Amino acid sequence: MPHRAFFWFILPSATAMLLFIALPIGSVAVQSLFVEHPRVIVEVENCGPFGCEIESVVDTEATEALRREKPLGRFNGFGTYINRNHLAFAELGELWRESSGAREFLDAALSLPFYKALSFTLAYTFLVTPLVILLGFMIALAVNALPRLIKGPVIFASLLPFIITPLIGSLVLFWMIDANGILGASLQRLLDAPDLSLKASAGLTWLVLFVYGVWHSAPFAFIVFYAGLQTVPQDTLESAMIDGAGAWSRVWYVVVPHLAPLVVFVALIQLMDNFRVFEPIVGFSASANATSLSWIIFNDLRSEGVQLFGSAAATSMLTLVGVAVLIAPVLARTWRDFQRKG
Amino acid sequence: MKTLTATLALIGAVTLALSTTPAHAACPVSNGSVRILGNDFPAIQAVAAGAESCAANAEFSKNLTSEHLAIAVEALTVNPAQYTTQIIANSSIVALLNEGLIRPLDNYIADSDQFFKNTQLISIDGEVMAIAFMANAQHLFYREDILREAGITAPPATYEEVLAAARRIKDLGILEYPVGGTYKAGWNLGEEFVNMYFGYGGELFKSGSAEPNINNSTGEATLAMMQRLALFMNPDFLTHDSNAIQAEFEAGNIALANLWGSRAAAVTDNEGSTPAIAGAIKFAGAPTVGGGDIPATTMWWDGFTVAKNISDEDARATFDALAHGASAEIANANSDAAVWLTDGFQPGPAAGGVLASAEAGARPYPMLPYIGLLHTALGNELVEFMQGRETAKQALRDVEAAYTAAAKEAGFLQ
Repeated sequence: MPHRAFFWFILPSATAMLLFIALPIGSVAVQSLFVEHPRVIVEVENCGPFGCEIESVVDTEATEALRREKPLGRFNGFGTYINRNHLAFAELGELWRESSGAREFLDAALSLPFYKALSFTLAYTFLVTPLVILLGFMIALAVNALPRLIKGPVIFASLLPFIITPLIGSLVLFWMIDANGILGASLQRLLDAPDLSLKASAGLTWLVLFVYGVWHSAPFAFIVFYAGLQTVPQDTLESAMIDGAGAWSRVWYVVVPHLAPLVVFVALIQLMDNFRVFEPIVGFSASANATSLSWIIFNDLRSEGVQLFGSAAATSMLTLVGVAVLIAPVLARTWRDFQRKG
Repeated sequence: MKTLTATLALIGAVTLALSTTPAHAACPVSNGSVRILGNDFPAIQAVAAGAESCAANAEFSKNLTSEHLAIAVEALTVNPAQYTTQIIANSSIVALLNEGLIRPLDNYIADSDQFFKNTQLISIDGEVMAIAFMANAQHLFYREDILREAGITAPPATYEEVLAAARRIKDLGILEYPVGGTYKAGWNLGEEFVNMYFGYGGELFKSGSAEPNINNSTGEATLAMMQRLALFMNPDFLTHDSNAIQAEFEAGNIALANLWGSRAAAVTDNEGSTPAIAGAIKFAGAPTVGGGDIPATTMWWDGFTVAKNISDEDARATFDALAHGASAEIANANSDAAVWLTDGFQPGPAAGGVLASAEAGARPYPMLPYIGLLHTALGNELVEFMQGRETAKQALRDVEAAYTAAAKEAGFLQ
């Protein structure tokens, strides 16, 4: 394609990407470098139904004047990134000096909000992603082997977990695993453990969230692989059969290599999605045991009375860096393949 | 309770005597626009409906949602503001005050034909910025039948007695987990800390500053008491909010809890429970703790404001419509929905716990610009202590550190 035609061809998408992706990211990046002006606080007497108290209020006029001068706030550089609620460099250094061993250091570090969230986010991403691919592939193979008559209904039913809004799906499961819920009560009976609670311990909460993640995303992998299965060359399969290859060998040597590009695609999407895990933490009221990077952003924006935009922006940028690091190997591989073909 | 009612009546009478004759009959509002933003629960629905009936000839719209706080500041910052009023509580008015988004109401009150008791007027530095119409507080809910079965005749008046009662109920095998608590990680857990800390006589901030003041022996005593209570709670307690505790009560799983007064009518109606259980649930003021003399709870109010960035005509219409919405007429028609502060409201039995707590001198939840940041830090950083994975000292240090980082970013601390 001549350069000129190429330019006009991609101009609309490039403009849209600039407007809706690059600009917002740029604005968040700028925001993360600023903090609010010092607020002018004055003490006044407040009265209400339960008596009067001397309390502080913000002098809005004085604060407003500061804001008009510099609407973005005070420049703070990377101060927000390294404070205690994010990368916590100073706190980590202090812990390192104080702690007697690596284990103690790790325990203390993982109770810092950012690292606590990062540990769950990474565990979720690296466990749920491969399991989703595996389970999705198995469902696709199973459904593909079904007689035509029942295929449609089965496909529809298998897609349901993906269709249900994540928050609703997790809430439904949350009530089912309650000690009074159908799953929670059945597990207590089956395991003969009347005190078993899937919500109380960190380990079991994590497990429940992983199971939910796989349950929710497996249909996505399934439908992609199922579509891929329809394009597997029948000639190759037949010749493999004639050569005496069993069912497993056919899957392993013919079907899997054929679907490899789809595996890369599903892995890419799932890595990005799972790294942003958020809804199940809210749905399962799991923030006592599991927080994620997205959950921290939400928490910063929902603080009553004061919204921490700089803090939320810093965590967003760190999430972006995380996603970039995660998908870099996959992208590098795709690029190499592209170069080889080119 | 009698003295409180008498005091309120006296204040009311004095205010009435001092106030001037109203200048005009406000209702129905004939011009201007009334646009309400507020939380979504029965009392606020009643107020909004009352305002709507008054604004039948004016432009009227309402958005009642539990997510109102998420949009309030932006919606009232634009000029003209998207809503002419937000119905707020003592915690959420702070966001509007911090940004200067609401207007003083003194002139409207002087001109109104509605009567407001002095105790309804929320005055900040001498200017009335909101009018409170209902009170709320967490207070003791208890199962009279279960306490009697355990040989306890009077409801516990202190948290030490709550622990003793819980121990008896558990030892007698009546209930496995006799105590319920709204200890859900996040806002609820932070609120329980504030309740208990005030009961021990603590101050959340160093006097006259935004410096936190919880990492001390009072804070440690507070956490120790919360942990001892948690031993008698269902192990899932860190996921329990008011909805869950209401359900636990209705299911007959718990006998004692410090629950919101606004739930009193809901647990005793016969929906979601059996008449035997619902009939045995009684209310008392919040218990005291550690020999303190005020109840370990915080008092809350809900009230209405008028936005600053609107025309004077709309502000007048909004004030008049909401003054009608929060009038005694509406309050008495919805007497079970809330503990109304309105003059002439006759409180029912469900209001007993809130009124008893207020009369015993429970402190209001602080209206401080930076309180939300400390509340959030408490709700997140106390979790590991409640799970037994951290010492009280460590947890309190974490709260102060998390709060300090956030307060510096928000410009409250240097």
